Parts: sequence; structure tokens; C-alpha cells
Amino acid sequence: MPSDIQPSDIQPSDIQPSDIQPSDTRSSDTRSGNTPGAGPIESVGRASGWALMVSELTVLFRRRRTWAMLLALAAVPVLIAVAVRLTSSPVAPGRGPPFLDRVTQNGLFVAITAMVVCIPLFLPLTIGVVAGDTIAGEAGLGTLRYLLVAPAGRVRLLVVKYAGAAVFCLAATLTIVVSGAAIGAALFPVGPVTLLSGDTIGVGESVLRSLLIAGYVTVSMLGLSAIGLFISTLTDVPVGAMAATIVVSVVSQVLDALPQLDWLHPWLFSHYWLDFADLLRQPIEWSSFGTNALLQGGYLLVFGALAYGRFVTKDILS
Amino acid sequence: MSSATPSVDLAIETRGLTKRFGHQTAVDGIDLAVPRGAVFGFLGPNGSGKTTSIRMLLGLASASSGDIAVLGQEMPGRLRDVLPRVGALVEGPAFYPFLSGAANLRRLDAADPGASSATRTERVRLALERVGLGHAAGKKVRAYSLGMKQRLGIANALLVPRDLLVLDEPTNGLDPQGTREVRSLVRSLAAEGTTVFVSSHLLAEVEQMCTHAAVMSAGSLVAQGTLDELRRVGEAHVRVRTPDIADARRILAGLGLVAERFEAPGDPHADGVLSAPLPAEAAAPETIVAALVADGVRVRGFSVVGASLEERFVALTGEGFDIAQ
Repeated sequence: MPSDIQPSDIQPSDIQPSDIQPSDTRSSDTRSGNTPGAGPIESVGRASGWALMVSELTVLFRRRRTWAMLLALAAVPVLIAVAVRLTSSPVAPGRGPPFLDRVTQNGLFVAITAMVVCIPLFLPLTIGVVAGDTIAGEAGLGTLRYLLVAPAGRVRLLVVKYAGAAVFCLAATLTIVVSGAAIGAALFPVGPVTLLSGDTIGVGESVLRSLLIAGYVTVSMLGLSAIGLFISTLTDVPVGAMAATIVVSVVSQVLDALPQLDWLHPWLFSHYWLDFADLLRQPIEWSSFGTNALLQGGYLLVFGALAYGRFVTKDILS
Repeated sequence: MSSATPSVDLAIETRGLTKRFGHQTAVDGIDLAVPRGAVFGFLGPNGSGKTTSIRMLLGLASASSGDIAVLGQEMPGRLRDVLPRVGALVEGPAFYPFLSGAANLRRLDAADPGASSATRTERVRLALERVGLGHAAGKKVRAYSLGMKQRLGIANALLVPRDLLVLDEPTNGLDPQGTREVRSLVRSLAAEGTTVFVSSHLLAEVEQMCTHAAVMSAGSLVAQGTLDELRRVGEAHVRVRTPDIADARRILAGLGLVAERFEAPGDPHADGVLSAPLPAEAAAPETIVAALVADGVRVRGFSVVGASLEERFVALTGEGFDIAQ
């Protein structure tokens, strides 16, 4: 320490006696940077808290696994469109997934059909992989201890991890919609869309409705993501957390299919997953959107709190 | 009375630090005192509780009982203020295999809310160069060797200037060249004023690098102090190389030194070696040589061998301690 003080104190005052005052304060500033109380970090300035979020998304979208899942989701509307295009006989209404019969008349329905096909299993599967991986994946790699020592902060890390999973939900649903719209426009005529209420809307408006559906499905997946986040805090084995999350989504849908459990149905996070048809009415029927959002928000609160309770007190031994 | 305020002169201070897993006690009431500016060796066999202690120091695991102060502040309560000033390598390096070395460091740096993003790329470059990974910065960590990962882990601890470095087995997986580099890196960091806390099961490593050491055995702290203090408990030995073994023994005995081991050759003109413990209150080495020579003993070699830490540690931790590596 004394060797630090001497040069900075003596040199400036030797050269310019008039500068003694300011040079003294400056040297005392640099000294305080070395004292135990004020770490050297403060002098650099607090960086924005968004860095970890940006980093999280970078890591998520640099993984080949993420792109493989998005590509698989994008392939679903392509498969549907190609299969319908190659079949000469028209699809009878009421056969196959909902909206399938409309695809040949208007390519914009490819995206909606694909969404209906993906929602029960395919989409929850990809969400389960990402949400189940959030904490358990870091624990499995061992990077969790380095993130926490950095220190990322346990609550901050949990929030960022959940936000990353939510962004993936949006990316997944948008992938289906965009891929569906593109292949539909390529293989089928595109024109004004006749809604379920009988009204007709233009192409621009129908694109907006498709995006609304993507938004609805994204919100639908937020509850499952919160469950995945919680399960992920329970284990250091990411595959286990992913599988458990996917199993939970299947179980919820099975329960939803049993009429004996009528009373339970409105409380199941998967209950409103396919109810986005109300967005295809004129005027838009928002009540199902609201009910769904409220339910998902409830799941987010409960499982977010559970994940918090578990993660904040957890011993990181991985 | 002493539990009120943590001492400012200590970089790490624990009181009665205990960790239990069920019925098993992994760390049993240890009182660590790591002075600021020290290079502190944390020695012990595998499974003696070193890593568990480090996890508690860094707030990764909670203590079952006891107090911890790091850099003069209570942990884990002041974790947000303390940890940005602490660089750590805990139980081996861990990275995202699908990211490059530089991208991994940027990721971990972004996790520190105090680290400036404006200087991040530059700091990452400097840290990589400091550990000799400048050429491999863009390579995926999947393709790194264990030694390279270990270096990357050390680079991560050096991303910002730290007041304390906690390095858990830093030379694990490194070749002799890398081990030497780590040793000189630790010395240069210590010269800059950083306190370095190194855990190791390699005695030789600690002896070459550290100013202080503590020894763990089965969850308890069995010794702690400067290396000299630890050595002092053991005794130095004098070794005399001479063909006149019998005379030398007699003269040493006259000076109060009891020769323990000697190799007397069959040929009366060949050298033998005599070794005797040299207690602190015994005659000075030069007096011993003078006495031997005065009596006509042909002294062909004379040395004083300092107390070996190894003997001390084997005594403390039992023969199971793998110091031979």
C-alpha cells in the first residue's frame, strides 16, 4: 500500500505545485478503489441488468437443439400442406384436424391447422425440453455454480430463465404460423378469409388474426413453462425434468378428456389450449383469451412461487 | 465477544462452520482465518470437506451452523457485495460445450451485474491471454482438453480485478508446464495484493506456492498457520557424510544429538551417511561441523534438512492421504 501512495502523491506535486489540491483528491480516489470497502467494480459503473437476459437468449438460440426443435415445428405445416396438395380428392368437412377442409380454398388456413395439430403433443414437447432444461441443464453442466458465484443472483437467474422459456414459446408458435403462412401461400390460393361467424376479412386482417392466435397459444404455454421451471429446480438431471414436464402436460390433457372429472377441467392448464377459435369471429370474442390468460397467470404465480421457494434455499452441490 | 464483528485483516474468517448432510457431518466446526494478501493452501485428502467448505464460503450451500465472513463482510447475507470481488474455480471447470471459450467467458461475465458490458470483450481477451488461451478463444469448448478447460476456468476467475481468488484444485489435469504456469500466475496475483485461497490434495504444490496453510481431515481443521509455523512442529535433521561413522556418532552424541539412521559401508574408506534429529535448542550446525573436524572425522558432506511438511501432514491426516502424487 505505501508503495502505491508514494509515486502518485509525490510526482504531480513535484512537477506542478499549483496542482497539489486536485492531484491529492485524485490520488485519494484511486486509493479508495483499493480499500476493502469500495471494490474496484464500482469505478467501472453498474452495467445494465439486461446483459444476462441477452446472454440467456444468445445461449438458447445458439444451441443446435433449439433450432432442431423449431425446424421440426416448421415442418408440420409443410407436411400438412404438401399432403393436402398431393391428394386429388377434396378433404371432406369434419374429417381430419379442424380447418383442414378449408386449406385448399385458402392457404392461410394451413397455419391454423398446423397449430391445432401441434398443440396436444408436439408443442408441449418442445416447451418441456426448454423449460425443463432451465435450471437442471445449468446444474447438469455445472455452469449453475459459476453463474451463482458471478453472482447472477438466484431470483434474477430464475426470472431470466423463465423469460427465456417464454421467449421460446413465442418463437415456437410464430415458427408454426410463419411457416404455415409461407407454405400455404406457395401451394394454395390466398384471398379473403371467411370467419367462423360468417364474416369475411381481408388478407392483411387475417395475418393479424394468425399472429393473435400465436399470441394466444404462447400465453397458453406459460403455465406449462412455469411447471417446467419448478420441476427443473428439483433435479440436476435435465432429461428427467424435461420428461416430467412433458408427462405433466399429457396427464393434464388425459384428465381433461375424462367427463367424470368435469369439476376439475376449468382448473387444468391445458383446458383452454384449443379454444383460440374465438379469435376467428367478428367481432373477436376476447372472453376465452381472458379466461385462459387468468388461468395461466395463476399457474405462473403458484409454480413460480414454488420454484422460488425451492431454488433460493437450495444447496448447489452439482 | 469475538463473534460480533468480523476482522478486517482477514480475507476469510469462519467460526464453528458446520455442514451436515442428514446424519453425516461433512464439515465439523472449522475456524478458518485467512489473512489478507496470503496465498493460503487448503490441504486435505479427497472427501475431507474442502469443497463443501468452499461451497459454503461462496454462498452456494448454506451452513448448518457457524458464521462466515468473506472480505470482512458476513456471508451469505452480503453475497451481492462480496462475490463480485471474488474470483472462483469450484470443483473443476464447467462450461457450455457448444459455445466457444470466449463466448463462455462473456456469458459468465454477463451474469455479474457489476461487470461493465462496454469492456467485456476486451476483458475476456485479456483474461484468455493471461492463461495462454488466446489462440483457442474462438474454439468450441467441446474441443478443449481438460487442461485447456482448467485454464479457461482460471481465466473466468480473472475477468475483473479481484480481491480474493478461491481456486479449488487449480492444477488438476494440467501438465507439468501448465502446473508451473499456474504457480507463477498465483504468485504474480499475490504480488498484486490479491489474496489467494487454494485447495489441494497435493502437498508439494502447496509447499511451493503458499505462505499459509490449513489441513483438513475428516471434516475437521487439524492444523492452520504459516508454513514455517507448521514446519516448526516437526524437527530438522543433520546429515553427515563420512567414512568414520563410529567416531561421528560418538561426537554427535557428545553434543546431545542421537543418530537415528546410519549406513555404514563394509569398506572402511567408503562413505557412510549419518542422520540425526536437530532439536531447536541443540548446538548450531557450524559448531557441530567444527567439533567433527577437530576430532579428525573426515567430513565429506554435511547438511541440515528442514522439517518436512510431508511428515507433519501424514501425522495429521493418516497414511491414507495421497501425498505421493
